[in-house]
Amino acid sequence: MESSATPAVAVDLALTGRSCAPVGEEVRDAIVSIEGLVYRAGRRTIFDGLNLAFRKGQVTAVMGPSGTGKTTLLKLITGQVRPDRGRVLVDGQDLGQLSREGVYAVRRRMGMLFQNGALLTDLSVFENVAFPLREHTDLPERLVRHVVLTKLHAVGLRGAASLMPAELSGGMARRVALARAIVMDPALLIYDEPFVGLDPISMGVVLRLIRQMNDALGITSIVVSHDVHEISAVADCTYLLSEGRVVASGSPDELRGSQSEIVRQFMNGMADGPVPFHFPAPDYETQLLGASFGNRAAGGGKVKP
Amino acid sequence: MSTVNLRIDRLGGVRGALEKLGAYLLFAGRLLLASPRAVLRPGLVVAQIYNAGALSLALIMFCGLFVGMVLGLQGADLLQRFGAEEALGPAAALGMLKQLGPVVAALLFAGRAGTALTSEIGLMAATDQLSAMEMMAVDPVRRVCVPRFLGALIALPLLTAIFITIGLYGSQLVGVQLLGIDAGQFWSQMRNAVELDDIAEGMVKSVFFALAIASLAVFEGFHAQPTAEGVGRATTRTVVNSSIAVLLLNYVLTAFYIH
Repeated sequence: MESSATPAVAVDLALTGRSCAPVGEEVRDAIVSIEGLVYRAGRRTIFDGLNLAFRKGQVTAVMGPSGTGKTTLLKLITGQVRPDRGRVLVDGQDLGQLSREGVYAVRRRMGMLFQNGALLTDLSVFENVAFPLREHTDLPERLVRHVVLTKLHAVGLRGAASLMPAELSGGMARRVALARAIVMDPALLIYDEPFVGLDPISMGVVLRLIRQMNDALGITSIVVSHDVHEISAVADCTYLLSEGRVVASGSPDELRGSQSEIVRQFMNGMADGPVPFHFPAPDYETQLLGASFGNRAAGGGKVKP
Repeated sequence: MSTVNLRIDRLGGVRGALEKLGAYLLFAGRLLLASPRAVLRPGLVVAQIYNAGALSLALIMFCGLFVGMVLGLQGADLLQRFGAEEALGPAAALGMLKQLGPVVAALLFAGRAGTALTSEIGLMAATDQLSAMEMMAVDPVRRVCVPRFLGALIALPLLTAIFITIGLYGSQLVGVQLLGIDAGQFWSQMRNAVELDDIAEGMVKSVFFALAIASLAVFEGFHAQPTAEGVGRATTRTVVNSSIAVLLLNYVLTAFYIH
């Protein structure tokens, strides 16, 4: 599935992989559908007519250069921000039309893993995982304990139940956050940059957990990540965003075979290309030879002769 | 042209200040509306009374003692000039109860507990903890802000009472033990001069100060820019705005009680 402002780009790519939702068609098994989304942050248009669908039961990766709107997309899917136009449907419900309580009801069926884990620092590992249960249910303490230990066991950290977040490594914190995200048995699990700052072992563990949780619990996973090779190993479908639109979609292998410059630059980690290495600046020679600075951030003021 | 720009800048500044005042009043209203439900989970509030109150106790007692001692020393010196040193008891008591106790305790509380509240909530925002709560369908205002607001609201009047008590002991220590003013006169004149309304005035003031400090501290923390610099600025604003609010409210309440 793709969008939007210049559809010719995506058509040219012809990367509508088998497992990704088809372009421009109604997706009957979608858990999240984005239809004609327009979103502006101040004067900047982040999305202009974006169409996208995430199929149930899949691990879908959303990739793209920094500042392209990936995190904004997650905020729209979770109802943290509302679109200026268009619809974001989660399980058939239009988040833009729901009250705060309605959005909260939808979020109870979602889990989200933040970049840094976002564990509550004044609570132990056990209490962090128990937090949603205590807030939303009246389960007896024995059952809470049972559920929490089961989830911690699933991420391999049952033995760390009594530790405080400050005592955990980055990888462990991410796994505890994953246990907390699945404690309410969500239908949709969202990962925001889950591999940032992890060593290869921890990254491998988290990768394996993403796939295992998705398959064992029968949930849908949306993973926003820059780690092309890692996420390619577990994703069923990948969307590549650039400048607020989908420039390519398909399986990781299909994306790797793309002839598109932006796709190749991103997949191969090339420093220069459609996404330039240099931030826009005045002419280098003119600036070095002491003519006036066109932009104050570059040094400010005028150089006297 | 530059004059026009300056005026536009000023107008923008005024508008920004009014917007912030409006946001603060709305937030304070939200805190007050959500507060009654906090009785359903008293454990959260009790923990915050401990954080804001018990952890400020040593500072309040220490400062109360020295404020009282200075009051005794300066008061005795002044009263001796008029041959009225036996009036030290009521002078110290009324000074502590009506002005020094509530105001100094509130300023200390803003510096100790107010800043702790702002930085704690600000750091929770900076580390995505508040967003994580939102994503778990838990309202961070109810779960984080309201218990802290109520904890501070309850703690400050209690701390003020302790500050005044210790302060009076300090005045007595200097006036009676050091300068030799008669202990009987000190206590009996104090008992005769001080009325229940005087005590109530100090306590009412401390409740108003607590409302201002707690709501400002929580507001600044909740709306802090989620960066190290942003949290630092928010913490500074808590101290500055709380101090101004306390001194302003003190004048208004004093004028109200005098008339």
